[in-house]
Amino acid sequence: MTDRAEHPAARRRYGGLTLGAVAPWVIGALLLAVMPYVFASNSAITIMNQMAITIVFALSYNMLLGQGGMLSFGHAVYMGVGGFGAMHVMNWMEQGVIALPLPVLPLIAGLFGLGFAAAIGIFSTRRAGTVFAMISLGIGELVASSSVIVVAFFGGEEGVSGDRTYGLPVFGHDFGSQTEIYYLIAGWLLISALLMYLFSRTPVGRMANAVRDNPERAEFLGYSARWVRYYSFCASGFFAGIAGGLFAVNYEILTAENLDLNTSGTILLITFLGGTGFFFGPIIGAIVFTLLQTVLSLHTDLWQLYVGALFVLTVMFFPGGLAGVIMMHVPPWRYGKVRALIRPYLAAVLPAAVGLLGLASFLEVLFHLRNAARGEEGMTLLWVHFSSHDPLVWGVIIVVTVAAFWLARRNAPALRAAWDFANTPPGADEARP
Amino acid sequence: MSPALQLENLSKSFGRTEIIRGLNLDIAAGERHAIIGPNGAGKSTLFNLITGRFAPSGGTVRLHGQSLRGLSPYQINRLGLSRSFQITNIFPRMSVFENVRCALLWSLGYKYSFWNMVSRSRALNEGADAILDQINLLARRDLPAGTLSYAEQRALEIGITIAGGADVIMLDEPTAGMSNTETDYIVGLIRKVTEGKTLMIVEHDMGVVFGLADRISVLVYGQIIASGPPAEVRANRRVQEAYLGAALEDM
Ligand SMILES: Nc1ncnc2c1ncn2[C@@H]1O[C@H](COP(=O)(O)OP(=O)(O)OP(=O)(O)O)[C@@H](O)[C@H]1O
Ligand SMILES: [Mg+2]
Repeated sequence: MTDRAEHPAARRRYGGLTLGAVAPWVIGALLLAVMPYVFASNSAITIMNQMAITIVFALSYNMLLGQGGMLSFGHAVYMGVGGFGAMHVMNWMEQGVIALPLPVLPLIAGLFGLGFAAAIGIFSTRRAGTVFAMISLGIGELVASSSVIVVAFFGGEEGVSGDRTYGLPVFGHDFGSQTEIYYLIAGWLLISALLMYLFSRTPVGRMANAVRDNPERAEFLGYSARWVRYYSFCASGFFAGIAGGLFAVNYEILTAENLDLNTSGTILLITFLGGTGFFFGPIIGAIVFTLLQTVLSLHTDLWQLYVGALFVLTVMFFPGGLAGVIMMHVPPWRYGKVRALIRPYLAAVLPAAVGLLGLASFLEVLFHLRNAARGEEGMTLLWVHFSSHDPLVWGVIIVVTVAAFWLARRNAPALRAAWDFANTPPGADEARP
Repeated sequence: MSPALQLENLSKSFGRTEIIRGLNLDIAAGERHAIIGPNGAGKSTLFNLITGRFAPSGGTVRLHGQSLRGLSPYQINRLGLSRSFQITNIFPRMSVFENVRCALLWSLGYKYSFWNMVSRSRALNEGADAILDQINLLARRDLPAGTLSYAEQRALEIGITIAGGADVIMLDEPTAGMSNTETDYIVGLIRKVTEGKTLMIVEHDMGVVFGLADRISVLVYGQIIASGPPAEVRANRRVQEAYLGAALEDM
């Protein structure tokens, strides 16, 4: 046996904040602070607000899926209940029933989410797996359909709307402008993300991982898998509620749409796209998705098709999501071999990207041909104006696409070899011929 | 003093087949007790009955005199009884260190707390490293447990089982599927980590059984046909007829 004293673990230190642990949060905070100066336009602020809300919602969803192994098809309900709750409180503020500063509204919304999750979780977290998924789906449908029945809370068809400017002023701000709201949301994003991260480092957060991996074994270590799931579920409901509160503050209206299956499905998609295995995965997913949804949708009617394709490709080829793809590069980076990947990447990934663009162009032109008004032959794609009825255009697109895919395929083996090389520790490849 | 474990007229049926049939057994505190018997005799089922994984069809299990009737595995574990599994049962996606640390949480009183950071507790982290040191897995500390070799996973299985400091330890075939050197290593490990505790072990390797156990019980068709010190059991005619004759010839 090795001498304990000379083993590295013997000198390990516990606790204490390290630079590596704090740096991402400080950088994140600074980034959030300067973003409105970098992207100052109104539409940019609107997009960033939407993005931040989605990040909080996706992170809360990953407390279930990634941390706790619970696949929910009804997470929108907790965000929605929080949001509707916040809208009512906002209206009371307007009517003078209570006086509160606007920034506490998300916290109240969080409590609404928490309360609802605490009630539902009692029976839904008894089991994980399919049973949990089916119950979440059922509850989702139930609440969504009751939105037209419980009109007092959900406001029926037109939802609940209000005016956010009646809160107590905070240092002279009444939160009338989008930028003021941006900082309110950014602050809550930072707090929520930090708290969710810290939750994952607590005993119950660690056990959530254990229960996800092997619920039965956890039971033989003194923990009830059910109660571990329950606490994660409640925490997740709380942060989903906060996201709902931010939504209420930002849009000043909630409708039945906030509760429906579509919203629940979208957050699953976002979280999976970003990657459930790493804490920051859902953040990436939310950013990418919001950009696609807001920017891409301005340029094409087919944006949902592309998002769907991206999702399918991710599930099939990168089950770790975008975060997984990023983290795949940590070993090569550690071995100092990332540079070996650059050329093969350019040689294979670039043509593949061109091929995908070609495929998309094909779909766009086809879509235009089928759906544009009679006589409207002209269309613009990638800054080029042409006629969708021109055979030459079709020819070019098909030839470029096929050629690009052929090239990508031809260069793929070289990329694979480079990848294997980059993933062998430096010492190990000296034995290579 | 009441025995550490007391089985009274214990029985278990799956459908119409009775697997454990009116079984009585006392295991004294501090004893190393081996259960042997042919395949399908009901040894693992017996473990499952004691640890709350299955509910008995009849009879009682007592731990230090307290009846375990109706208790869940986690409640029984909290009373100081911990078990390993015949088929490795760990947390494959978590690191080796995390596996052991999770096994320590309840016994250190953390319960379901969400206001403590696991990284800040010396007792927790040093305790987990100490266990890793004991089971010789410090060098594998930060690897996902699922990537360990079979023998290493078996060692981790034992580490998880003993981490919580339970005073009754139950090991179900800890050396199954191991080479001779690996078996020697695991037996040494078991001896070391169960010092001063009550041990109940199911084992097919007679070398291990006779080397380790203070007492042996022979389980055949859901009943204990003999129970006593190794020499006595070895000499028992019924045991030789039913089981041990063939098994001892294998040695
Ligand atoms: N959950 C169950 N449902 C139905 N039958 C079961 C169940 N668990 C065990 N059995 C049956 O009970 C009998 C005893 O099984 P058990 O696993 O306890 O044997 P064992 O003595 O541990 O055998 P081995 O040495 O092979 O591990 C077997 O015939 C098995 O098929
Ligand atoms: Mg067995």
